[in-house]
Amino acid sequence: MIRKLPPVAETALASMVLVIVGTIYLAANIANDPSLVVPVALDVVAVLLLLVATVVVSRIDDFAWRIFFVVARWALLGYLVIAGMIEFVFIRDNTPSAQLATLTAGLVVFVLDVTLILAFSVARYQPSDY
Amino acid sequence: MTEVVQRPAPAIPHGQAPARPLPPATIVPLQGLPIVGAVVIFLVVAIAGNWLWALGFSHVVGGALWTGIDLFVGFVVGPIMGRMSIPARVEFSARFMPVMLLLMPTLVTMTLAPGWQLARHLGYLDAGYPHHGWLVASYIVVGVMATIAIGVLEPANLAVLFELRKPQPNGELIAKLMQRFVYTAGITGAMQVATLIIMTYIATH
Repeated sequence: MIRKLPPVAETALASMVLVIVGTIYLAANIANDPSLVVPVALDVVAVLLLLVATVVVSRIDDFAWRIFFVVARWALLGYLVIAGMIEFVFIRDNTPSAQLATLTAGLVVFVLDVTLILAFSVARYQPSDY
Repeated sequence: MTEVVQRPAPAIPHGQAPARPLPPATIVPLQGLPIVGAVVIFLVVAIAGNWLWALGFSHVVGGALWTGIDLFVGFVVGPIMGRMSIPARVEFSARFMPVMLLLMPTLVTMTLAPGWQLARHLGYLDAGYPHHGWLVASYIVVGVMATIAIGVLEPANLAVLFELRKPQPNGELIAKLMQRFVYTAGITGAMQVATLIIMTYIATH
């Protein structure tokens, strides 16, 4: 019997997709001093979805929190290295500060989304005392 | 993910199969971490020094392995696994998935970070570049692959590995999670073929 839980991973995944769409838009126009309205709007909605997913997961009873945080810690470390490498490229390329800030915000949300998705996806199938 | 009790492999009498596949001792294969560290240092040096050969090497090698492994796993290993017995499939996954967990993110980083730097150097990021649309298409392809790999496959991969560590793994759950690989193999394969078309077009025009 597989326990039914709120759609935490799906909500975080939607947040991640919005960040990816915003980043693609920005990357596609980066040489043209693009308007930041679209990527910033997408980032804001992504942050809201991430917050919703975080609140929802925090309210689940009888959850395997220990294993959740073990996975979260390692996922965060791994994806910080990946995001850090991408951030390093943007900084090395002297990306203008407004665009850099938007891309950085997107990367931060992306890393947190991935961390939440991975940690929740593992912990949801574990016994709560694990 | 390495906070796992190291379990000694039980002694198996000669000629007798184990009762069930052995779970991985650690989820992340720790012996691979120094190699990942070396790759990261190589990338930092290449990007910091704008070392064109190293950027090209990393992008081409990382991209070729990423595409090749994705296609090989999706269209060769996947169908073979589908025809294996459940215990054999589980045992193969227990040994195969931890390697993928370390390998694929490393290859993706090896491909994307130098790729962006190369595109900037070669002027491909400018809207005036005649094949800029092809480059944007490659961003979209990478976005779709990232969504599938990170949002769908990797969580299932990890959940299966943790399930295998239980004294009594839930076979129904493992089968359900592994179905994701079957459902997404076609999409990932199509995206990788699109990547090959885009990259070879850009390289030859």
